[in-house]
Amino acid sequence: MESTLPILILAIPLAMFLILGIAGCKMSHKLAAALGIAGMGTTLVLSYITALTYFFAPEFTGADGLREQLTVFNWEWLAFTKNLVISLGFFLDPISAMMLIVITTISFMVHLYSLGYMEGERGFQRYYAFLSLFSFSMLGLVVATNIFQMYIFWELVGASSYLLIGFYYRLHSAVAASKKAFIVTRFADLGFLIGILVLSYYTQTFDFVKMTSDPSWVLESTGGATFMGASVLTWALVLIFTGGMGKSAMMPLHIWLPDAMEGPTPVSALIHAATMVVAGVFLVARMFPVYMLEGSATMIIVVVGALTAFYAAMVACAQIDIKRILAFSTISQIAFMMVALGVASAGHGEVSHHGLGYMASMFHLFTHAMFKALLFLGAGALIHAVHSNNYTAMGGLRKYMPITHWTFLIGCLAIAGIPPFSGFFSKDEILAACYAWSPYIGVWMSMVAALTAFYMFRMYYLIFWWNEPHYHHAPHDAPVSMSIPLIFLAAVSCVAGFIPFGHFVTWNRMPYDIHIELPVAISSVVIALVAIAIARHMYIKENPLPAKMKAALPRLWDWCHHRFYWDELYQFITHRIIFNGICRPLAWFDRHIIDGTMDSFATVTNKASDAIRPLQSGQVQMYVWYYLIGALLLAGVTAVCVL
Amino acid sequence: MFSNILIYFVVIPLVMLGGLALCQNIRQIRAVAVTGSLALIGLSAYVLAEYLGMRAAGNEDPMVFVDSWMWFAPLNIHLAVGVDGISIAMLILSSIIVFAGSFASWEIKDPKAFFLWLILLSTGVFGFFISIDLFTMFMFYEVALIPMYLLIGVWGSGNKNYSAMKLTLMLMGGSAFLMLGLIGIYYHSAPEGGQLTWNILEIARNGSIDHGWQTFLFPMTFVGFGVLGAMFPFHTWSPDGHASAPTAVSMLHAGVLMKLGGYGCFRVAIYLMPQAAHELSWIFLILTGISVVYGAFCACVKTDLKYINAYSSVSHCGLVLFAILMLNETAMTGAIMQMLSHGLMTALFFALIGMIYGRTHTREITQMGGMMQIMPYLSVCYVIAGMASLGLPGLSGFVSEMTIFVGSFQHSDMFHRVFTIAACCSIVITAVYILRVVGKLLFGPVYDEHHLSLTDATWWERLSTVTLIISVAAIGCFPNFFNHLINFTFKPAIFAVLGLN
Repeated sequence: MESTLPILILAIPLAMFLILGIAGCKMSHKLAAALGIAGMGTTLVLSYITALTYFFAPEFTGADGLREQLTVFNWEWLAFTKNLVISLGFFLDPISAMMLIVITTISFMVHLYSLGYMEGERGFQRYYAFLSLFSFSMLGLVVATNIFQMYIFWELVGASSYLLIGFYYRLHSAVAASKKAFIVTRFADLGFLIGILVLSYYTQTFDFVKMTSDPSWVLESTGGATFMGASVLTWALVLIFTGGMGKSAMMPLHIWLPDAMEGPTPVSALIHAATMVVAGVFLVARMFPVYMLEGSATMIIVVVGALTAFYAAMVACAQIDIKRILAFSTISQIAFMMVALGVASAGHGEVSHHGLGYMASMFHLFTHAMFKALLFLGAGALIHAVHSNNYTAMGGLRKYMPITHWTFLIGCLAIAGIPPFSGFFSKDEILAACYAWSPYIGVWMSMVAALTAFYMFRMYYLIFWWNEPHYHHAPHDAPVSMSIPLIFLAAVSCVAGFIPFGHFVTWNRMPYDIHIELPVAISSVVIALVAIAIARHMYIKENPLPAKMKAALPRLWDWCHHRFYWDELYQFITHRIIFNGICRPLAWFDRHIIDGTMDSFATVTNKASDAIRPLQSGQVQMYVWYYLIGALLLAGVTAVCVL
Repeated sequence: MFSNILIYFVVIPLVMLGGLALCQNIRQIRAVAVTGSLALIGLSAYVLAEYLGMRAAGNEDPMVFVDSWMWFAPLNIHLAVGVDGISIAMLILSSIIVFAGSFASWEIKDPKAFFLWLILLSTGVFGFFISIDLFTMFMFYEVALIPMYLLIGVWGSGNKNYSAMKLTLMLMGGSAFLMLGLIGIYYHSAPEGGQLTWNILEIARNGSIDHGWQTFLFPMTFVGFGVLGAMFPFHTWSPDGHASAPTAVSMLHAGVLMKLGGYGCFRVAIYLMPQAAHELSWIFLILTGISVVYGAFCACVKTDLKYINAYSSVSHCGLVLFAILMLNETAMTGAIMQMLSHGLMTALFFALIGMIYGRTHTREITQMGGMMQIMPYLSVCYVIAGMASLGLPGLSGFVSEMTIFVGSFQHSDMFHRVFTIAACCSIVITAVYILRVVGKLLFGPVYDEHHLSLTDATWWERLSTVTLIISVAAIGCFPNFFNHLINFTFKPAIFAVLGLN
């Protein structure tokens, strides 16, 4: 493949960032937005050309249907040693091609949507600059040819996320949220970095192709070394997964994502719903052949994913802020993808159930990106209309905002898994993979799916039905620039499920036909419908039922509403233990003990010289005395020695 | 003598000193400072180009532009010069910082005396980096230290007399160790009956310091230089000294002088006594490892911008010594890159802190807030400096830290690898204190109404910061160039050290 297009895909957003970042403040809002949108539009076209060429041009598919892995270009960037080299390159395989489509689509929609949403905001140009930076970093992340390139862009997406969450930097809450997001993910990245160090120490390579094309060689390279009872490969993989946990907001590193909603809503749609937060899933998928080697590592992924999915779904049922409900829903859905990846492996280098879980995970990533971005953008339109994030300020909005209402409903149906919307197909594959791996995990995930349907429709009914509060101004639909993305994404959510995904993305890049497993499909649809019915019954119009339930289960409500007190726990650990327990004592130790010792050298010297200073009194009589005493002493000593 | 290009690194500052002495007004002083520092940048760029050309032509000597002139025959003291990739990197760093520092002290009071001392200080710095004779090296080292006392004592702020005294005495204490070490090296520099020498290249070639003496002299020299490199527990001069020093002095001190420590540790302690380095490195690894994490933790609770940055320097410079002690090519390359990177970004930090302090007259982060609304240019620069410090890819901190971590982790010994992981933890703590400052100082609502009337950067301040930011980004974006520049040097130079691994 020609390398011109791929280079441009990365270069255009970067150039836009630099142009808007350096000269943006001199530009008018219109010009800045035009540049940003034009840049992203071009990138979108180029990415589609690249991805579609990759998927459909015959030369990239072998005779048996095997899709090739292409390294379009790979430039040496920093050579540590002869083998350990960071290259910056462009890697095309089914998942990176798919991600190109996802990222550029959502990013372009968000660019467009922001035109209306951010209109007249202070720092409008800066906003577009950061969006371009983010798009550049995210694209660089997915096309990484080696794990260190991924780490580089991983950090860059973290930084752009920091900048965008803290976009409203005058607000304390935004600053605190951005700081929290950066530090929590930084902590996770430490795990990622150590994982890379451990892995590369044994394999002596960063290159993905080398590691994944013949994974058993990776196992051999470690020579069966163990550390504290577990094999070093398990350590490395779990540590790398920690990085993924941070970015993908898996428990217990999920605490930053709900707070990240302080950023502008389109940013939440792009970064904290569709693209950056799935980086962890993408990372595990990229390394999947290596993860397959260690059953214990994939086991951890499944357990973490399953717990997170359930936890987040529970919490989402008891939130008031609609963006936070969506945030927890995102956490829960990403956990679905993680679980799916975990259950795709049977350990010892074998896949489970033809690696269905892998395909399902990627499929869900794709559909989720579309419908979750849709939901977030819809939420943005709502917030734009009523100037509040809380559903308590909404109600009965279906009459006022028909476009938002219908598109939002499609999003809810898609995430709840109702056919024929896209979420149904991908979630069905995930559940099928879970049941095939272990019925327990299957039942557990079905339960989470039911909760998903419940909390989404709880929100839906509370916003669009329920009781209408008194609106100062009648809310109305958003301007065209905001409606077009909503309609487009809703349309995609309607049809995306019919994409024969198994033909494009599978764990071994060999196509196969996916089919709907009827027992799983029927049962999950029935469960979802029941959950929706319950939500409808409780929330379609104002009634005392929810309040009664809350009163009946106060403990449960409190725990869910306060997100099981994770934030308080972290607050305690960071402030009480680390800040007050480590930093302060260390600083005190430094000033008083270490520096005190240094100062005391000076003090002792001072005191000593003070003490002997009177000897130099300038009085000749005294000198004579000293002379005499000295002479006598010397004489005495000599006498003793001689005698 | 003047046919050797390197000698001009000392000649130009001396000419500048002469020029400054003749200056009548501030315009002339500025003109001399700017012309001189531009000449130094040009000179180092020229030397760099020449050097690369020589290497490309297949020159494999450990040092190039080597020359030696007898200075004091009875003790065989020479003025000997020579450079390799590492010294060239340091020369470039120094000239950039002198340039940026001149602009940062554009409106200093009593400029003539200030610049005289500042240029004398840089004479010492440049002389140190070009010297390969231990005695002249030591002499230049002292020349660089003494002006510091006056610069802090006269132009400083806060508790300046105490700080100046403390800094000078502690560094002098280090020099005492160092001098003992150097004299020891001299007396063992040749095999029995041979001509004793101070020349580093000859000493390394002779390799005649026996094992017992190495174990004695290595800690002497390492601690001696380590004090200047802010090694735990000899780092306490740094917070006080930096806090009281005027802007340009902080820049030059943290940016260049602290590098003298790391450079000396490598060039003298490890290069000349590889055996002892190999055996004793673990002791200093523990100390420097502590520096790295401890400095970062301390920075988390400080509220004075300069203190925060000084502790951050302790952490970052600790990483330099840490990497040097790993005794492998990659980690050492990382150490040199970290010196460059830290030098530039910390100079940027101190420049910005000075500019902010010059406006608000406070450095307490509790007394400031919302600077982004008041002085957006300086604030954006501060964010960039912070991002470089916490290791954002694309800026210099990332490449140097990663080179260090990857290099150190290649060590075959488990102890070293575990320690590397411990040092890695600093990247999280760094993020904490940087974001804490950025969040408090720059973001949020404006804390003090009076600050609203403050102005943003002037053109000379912009020039000073832009120079540094471009340099930081250049290393961050094109690390392989610097990597090759430095790395090539290690191949011939530390063969002896690597041989032991």
